[in-house]
This record gives sequence, structure tokens and C-alpha cells, in this order.
Amino acid sequence: MSIVPAEAVSGRIGVEQSAAAEVAAPLAPRARLLPALGAVYRSQLSRARVARMPLLFVATFQSIGIMVLMRGVVDGGAEARAVVAGSSVLVVAFVALNLLAQYFGQLRASGGLDHYATLPVPPAAVVLGAAGAYASFTVPGTVVTAVAGSVLFQLPMTHLWVLAAVIPLSGAALAGLGAALGLLAPRQELATLLGQLGMSAALLLGVLPADRLPGPVSYARDLLPSTYGVEALARTFEARPDWTVVGLYLAVCALVGVVSLTVATWAYRRAAVR
Amino acid sequence: MSTVCEVRELVKTYPAARGRRGTPGTPEVRATDGISLVVRRGEIFGLLGPNGAGKSTLVRQLTGLMRPDAGSVEVLGHDLVRHPERASRLIGYLGQESTALDELTVALAAETTGRLRGLSVREARAERDAVLEELGLTGLAARPLKKLSGGQRRLACLAATLVGERPVLVLDEPTTGMDPVARRAVWAAVDRRRAENGATVLLVTHNVIEAETVLDRVAVLERGRVIACDTPAGLKERVAGEVRVELVWRERAPLDVPEVTALRGSAQEHGRRWVLRLAPDEARAAVAAVTGGAAFAALDDFTLATPSLEDVYLALGGNATKGLVKA
Repeated sequence: MSIVPAEAVSGRIGVEQSAAAEVAAPLAPRARLLPALGAVYRSQLSRARVARMPLLFVATFQSIGIMVLMRGVVDGGAEARAVVAGSSVLVVAFVALNLLAQYFGQLRASGGLDHYATLPVPPAAVVLGAAGAYASFTVPGTVVTAVAGSVLFQLPMTHLWVLAAVIPLSGAALAGLGAALGLLAPRQELATLLGQLGMSAALLLGVLPADRLPGPVSYARDLLPSTYGVEALARTFEARPDWTVVGLYLAVCALVGVVSLTVATWAYRRAAVR
Repeated sequence: MSTVCEVRELVKTYPAARGRRGTPGTPEVRATDGISLVVRRGEIFGLLGPNGAGKSTLVRQLTGLMRPDAGSVEVLGHDLVRHPERASRLIGYLGQESTALDELTVALAAETTGRLRGLSVREARAERDAVLEELGLTGLAARPLKKLSGGQRRLACLAATLVGERPVLVLDEPTTGMDPVARRAVWAAVDRRRAENGATVLLVTHNVIEAETVLDRVAVLERGRVIACDTPAGLKERVAGEVRVELVWRERAPLDVPEVTALRGSAQEHGRRWVLRLAPDEARAAVAAVTGGAAFAALDDFTLATPSLEDVYLALGGNATKGLVKA
């Protein structure tokens, strides 16, 4: 089936290139960080249409269901604010932490990382592109949950614009955590398990009002990055939010995001080349 | 003729794994055991061998995915053991897995891969369109890979590999599951790249027929070693003195016929099928014996053929029980 004999081809290309090969052939350019990040982000977003849509609905329904349940227990005030904020950030935890941990775990176990590892793409572009896409998946669900919760518990919607900061920052923190767990877990099932556990923790520690939790558990609550997103959002339901505190909580999210995404990038590099 | 890829004394040992509950431990495995080869510019060079021969490990070492324990890999003058990250800028790699692309459409898989090879949006789209057209995938461009048949998906992955030109292509079983039309598209695309750009192709296969028709040279691997390396014709000359006789009995071999009993010693038996490798005059005598006498009634079919690469593989001491794929 092969039409062209090798001798004919290499003979024609001939002298000038064979001399060059002795010295070392020029390398093709690397993909630069931002264009590569954009390409990964775009391709991951398109996966939502094919694969992830049902789970995005599940994430939203779960949170709205929890709020309906809690309405029988909570009378309003600080507790209502905590429930709505917790349920909204839970959508972020479900998608960015749980689903991303599963995705990277599956990609690593099946050898799918080879595809990226054999392209001249910066590791950060792969991790940030995927994390960014998963954080974006959470936008509709989180907004719907926050609005539905405000209606259910008669909370003011004046400051809901703060979601524009809460979603990307807690998204970065939780997606970074999810990516790191997925890439570090030695086995795929373990990645799934860790993602699920992380989400369960976000559910229990985020949705239940903090002052009703026993002492040791509330320390665990402080360790969970989603807590700071929950706290920031809860404060903005107050009539006069303390913006300094909100900013501080969001800064914690940002910091955790930077650290966890750095760890995830390191974990990717480690997982890609063995 | 210039050297594109030179591998010297490559060794990779997988450590022994302790058994978990229910699964026994595995002993230490030498996946590549001192492999050396030279691939020249413009060649289609094949790695042939049964599963577990070390083909994929060798390919992973060539593409920078795995560091060898010892040995050197040089591609176009670059030391890939010391600089594994350069492999992606020299080599277009088609692996066996498509999970990273499965949920993308064919068009987006090709375009994204091109972007990640450093192409601009405009270049990536232009090359995407050209490659999809070339491989006959334009009609499937908007379909997600996981909705395609195995062969079509493989072809879409090849399209992604070809977007963003590379001087060396490493293709790990590119035609698995493809129909003849798709196979022809693959080989035409490969031939075009070496005719126009002098591309060099390293092909992993365990398909003997394909190896004979497309490869310029082939290295036969067995348990992590190269047991032979030559052109397919050159390899076949090593067993040129032999003829392959295949006998198929209706139900079972008539062992009461003395001529048949005599042949049994040199036959490989697979149920009612016997395969014999004989010198030409012996083969003639054997055929005369089974077609002439009492044995003929028990004979369903017989063939006489010149040896194939599979016979070479077996004659070289390859493991007969882990045979190669013939179709």
C-alpha cells in the first residue's frame, strides 16, 4: 500500500537536511500558556453539552431540596442566611470538587493524560483550563440556588452580585482541591471517594448553621475551603454587610485557590511522566 | 541516509508488585531489555510483536512519557532521556487511549490538539479542515468521538495527531478496528506526509499482513528484546527454504494412516487444523500423501504457501502460544 519508497524520499530531501540532522533539528514551538489555557477551557466547556449536563441539574436540585427541607427547621435570621449560602456554595463543591476529582482520576487511570503529556503544553494550562471550566459549570446552578433560597427564606437579593466574586474564588479553591485529589489519588476509585467525601463535608459543614455544630466539628469546618465562600455569601444577606469581613473571607478563598492549583499543577506533572 | 531516531541499550524494569487481597503479586518484569535500533529519515519503521513484548513501553520511552532505567534515545539530534519535554515538539503521537478526546466533537478534538501543538486559531482551523477532508471525516465533524464506531474514533484520533506537522510520527496500532476504506485513508495520509515533508513513521503493530504491506523495515520484539530487524522481504528470506503447509481435517486427523502419523511429529495442531513448515520436496511428498491415499477422505482443505512474517516470527523463536494477528 505504501507508494513512495523511503530511498526515493530521503534521496530527494537529501544533502542539506541530512547535514542539519547531525546538529539537531529545530524544535516546533511550544504552546503558550494563555492560548493553550483558552483551548483547554473551551474544549472542557464543550464537554458539558455532551456529558455533564444531567449532573449539573442534579447539583442544583440537591441544593434546592436541602433548602426546602431546612425551611421546616430554621426560622430565619442568621440561620436562614447560613442555609442559603451553604446550599449555594454546595453546588460549587459538587461540581468543582467532586466532579473534577472524578474527571482527573478517570483521565489518569485510563491513560488519557498521555494525550496532554505528548503535546508541548504547559501543565498549568491543562489544570487551570479544566478547573476554570468546572468552576464555570457551577454558575447557573449557584445563581439559581441563591435566588431560589432568597425567595424561600425572604432574604434580600440586593447584594447577590457578590456571587460574581464568590463563584470564581470558591470555584478556584474547590476546583484546585478537586484537581489535586484526582491527580494525587493512587487509584481511580480513591479519587472518586475523596471527591464524594469532600462534597459531603461541604454539605454537612456548610449548610448546617455553625453555632449548632459540636466543638471539634467546627474546627473541621474552619479547615474546609468552602466554608469561607459560605461565610462571605452569608454576610451579604445582612441588611448592612461588613464588607471588610466579606473581603477577608474571599481573600482566604483566593489564597487556597492559588495554593491548591499550584499543588494540582505539580501533581499533574508528576502523574503525566512516570 | 540520515538517522532520525537512534535507540541504544534501552532498559526498563517494572518493579515486582506485592499482591493485594484476591490478586497475586507479579514478579519483576524487564519490559525493555537492552533494545537498540536505528530509524532512518523517511522510513515507515515497524515494531512487531505479541502483546507484552515491550512495544508500548518502548514507545512510551521514545515519546518522553517514561524514563528508561538505562540507555539513550536520540531523535533528530536531541537527547530525549535528558530532555523528555522536547519529544512533544518533535513527535506526533497517536496512543491507544482516546479518553481525553472522547467527549469532544471530531472537529474540536482536532482543533484543540492543534492549538496545544502551538498553532494559532486560524492555523489550527485550516489544518483541521484539511486533515478531516483528507481522512474523509468531514461528514462526522460535528459528532462527539464517543458516539462513533471504534474504527471511526481511531481515525478521528489520527486526525488530531496529524494537525500540527511533526517530522516524526509515532503511531501505536493506528488501524485497530478500521474497515478497509479507513485503513487506505490512513496509509495514504502517512505516505503523503513522507513524500511531501520527508516525515518518518514509527508504527506499532501486531498485524502481520499490515506489517508486510506498509513497512519499509521491521523490528521483531520478543520479551523486551529485538530478535530481528530487517525489511519484511529480508526477514522472510531467512525462512525462504521452507514452505508452509496447512491441512484442515473434516473431523479429526486419520491417525490410522501411517503417512499422517509420520507428519504429526512436525505439525502444530490447532484442533482439526495442522500447520507444518517443510522443505519444498518434503511438502510435495506430504501433499501427495494426504491427497492421494486413504487420508484424502478425512481431508477438508489444504493450502501451500510461501512463509509469512508470522512464520518468520515463529522460526526466530517467538512464543508460538502468543501468536500475532493475521487479519
